[in-house]
This record gives sequence, structure tokens and C-alpha cells, in this order.
Amino acid sequence: MDFDATRPIYLQIIELYKRALLTGELKSGDKILSQRNYAEQYKVNPNTVQRAYREMEALGLVETLRGQGTFVTVTKKQLRTMKEETAENALHSFIYEMKTLGFTLAAVLTKVQENWEKEANGR
Amino acid sequence: MIIFEKAGKNFGRTPALNNVNLSLPEGKIIGLFGPNGAGKSTLLKAAAGLVRLSSGRVTVDGKAPRQRRTRLAYLPEQNTLPSNWTIKRAAEFYRAFFADWDNKRYEKQMEFLNLKDDLRFARISRGQRAKAKLVLTLARQARYILLDEPFSGIDILAREEISKALVRDYSEGQQTIVVATHEIDEIENLVEHIIFLDNGRITVLGDADELRRQEGKSIVAIMKEAFRDGGK
Repeated sequence: MDFDATRPIYLQIIELYKRALLTGELKSGDKILSQRNYAEQYKVNPNTVQRAYREMEALGLVETLRGQGTFVTVTKKQLRTMKEETAENALHSFIYEMKTLGFTLAAVLTKVQENWEKEANGR
Repeated sequence: MIIFEKAGKNFGRTPALNNVNLSLPEGKIIGLFGPNGAGKSTLLKAAAGLVRLSSGRVTVDGKAPRQRRTRLAYLPEQNTLPSNWTIKRAAEFYRAFFADWDNKRYEKQMEFLNLKDDLRFARISRGQRAKAKLVLTLARQARYILLDEPFSGIDILAREEISKALVRDYSEGQQTIVVATHEIDEIENLVEHIIFLDNGRITVLGDADELRRQEGKSIVAIMKEAFRDGGK
């Protein structure tokens, strides 16, 4: 995997896990890579991985059980909040971009409508 | 801890190190970056006790590096082992020489890196030689591991393997690993702490993620900028 070289790696590790949770790739109860395996596989400093995992634990997204590994513990409520936040951010940058380009709300809405179906199954 | 105080080194009239004040943080993988001729090798050699400083001093856990030999493992850029030796012979030599030699670790890393110990240094590829040198260095349970250009002249696959071997080893020990290289890309994500040397001076220093956060740039971009500013 290639990380964005311009942003802290530990934040990107957290974002990748959040994304996997949002898309349902990872579900509560799933075991995730051990810190060491993660570090080895993606050639990231073990302390950086540790920092990311620690923050995810603090956020209540995962839990590490001694000698057993790290497991996803995310609740439905957390997922909803995360989804809202992610949508909010995407919306903000979209609106900002369209405003910068000089589009009116009406024009944007038309464009969204036109493209909605096409993109629906995309990505 | 390895500490440099007002360290200077001149080769003839050329200063290789210029009034360097530096303490290497413990238990981290540290990237010692900089262009060719910046003084990276000299800094490492001084820490390993292989170069005498012209001024100032360097200490390893409070003593001169020469008195701390057993805590230091140094991987030179040049090949120092006789080319008619097999890896096995070299390992035996290391085992006899260094009390902290860990044979289990040696065997594990050999297996992990797909190396056979009956290979002769004269017969193997540069990538294999680089890997073998690394295994020999890492098999010691030294507290400080100093690696001078471990990726020098080898292909991308061998580089990847070496990076992984480093992570593997690091996870297993309480070590400080310093990697001097001008090939930043390969280990950009692997190093936690950054030291950038230019013309014998330190121009950038700090935690890698913190530098990215502050500058919003990649480590490579930050280095380039520092390099353009010419160490001011």
C-alpha cells in the first residue's frame, strides 16, 4: 500500500481502518492484523503502528486482548456517527469546490441528478 | 544514548562534520539522510568509534565509543569480509568475536531472507551480499545498530526484503537503529525520527509524522527544501 507521503502515517492507518469499517469490509468481532504483522507487511515503523492502534483503542474502535490479538469492537452508533462525519466532510469539500468554480445551487443540483445514476454503482 | 557535543571532523581542509550537537533518541529507527558527501558516514563512524573527531566529543551511554564496542553493531558500506568466505564462515567469525551473537536470530533472518549459508561472497549477487551483511549485523543483540547505506546498489526487491527484515528485527528487540542513506524513498515510512545532514551540519531534525503534520509535505520534499536553502 502507498501512503500519502505528505500526511502523518499513523492518521492514515486509522483512516484506512475507519474506511474498512464504513464499507463493511471489517465488522465487529473481526480480528485485525497484529501491530507487528502490519508493520512488516506495509513496511511502517512499529511505533507508528502502535500509535495508530492505541488511538483506535481510545476511540473504542478496537480492543486488544492479551495474547489473543486485536479485535474490532465498533458499535452501530459509532458507525452511524462515523458515516455522518465522513459524509459531512465529503459534502463540505464538494460544495466548496463547486462554489469556487462558480456554480449555482440549481446548476449543481441538476448535475448531481444527472450523474447520480451513473455513479450509483461505481467505485 | 549516543550524544554528540560540538562534534567536528576535518579531512584536510574539508570539514565533514561541523559543530554537530545531537542526541539520538533511544529505541527508535532513525533516518540519517543527506546528499552524498554530507557527512553521514563520518557521523556513523564517529559513533562507532572508527573515526577520531577533530573537535568536540561523542559518547555512547556516557563513555567513549571504543569502550562501548559491545553495545554497537556497525554495518559498513564497503565490503570488509574476505570474498572467498562463505556466509557460514563469516557467521562463525562473528560468533567467535562478539559475545552478544544470537544464533537463533541469525538462523531466523537467514531463512526469512532466503539465504543459504554455503554461499561464497565472491559468487553471490550484490543484493544477496547486502542481505547477508545485514543478517550478520542484526544477529548481534547490540543496543545500537548503525547501518551505512544498507540499500546501496541493490534492486528494489532486495530493498524491500531488507526493509522488512529491519522491521522484523526491530520488533523483537529494544534497539536503536540508525540508517544512513541518500535513498530516502525506500524507508520513508520506516523511520520514526529524522536527521538531515548537509555540509556537515544538521539542517532538519525531528519526529517524522510531526514534520509531515507541521509542513504538510513529504519528508523528501522537506529535505529538498532544506537542501536548497543550503543549511541556513
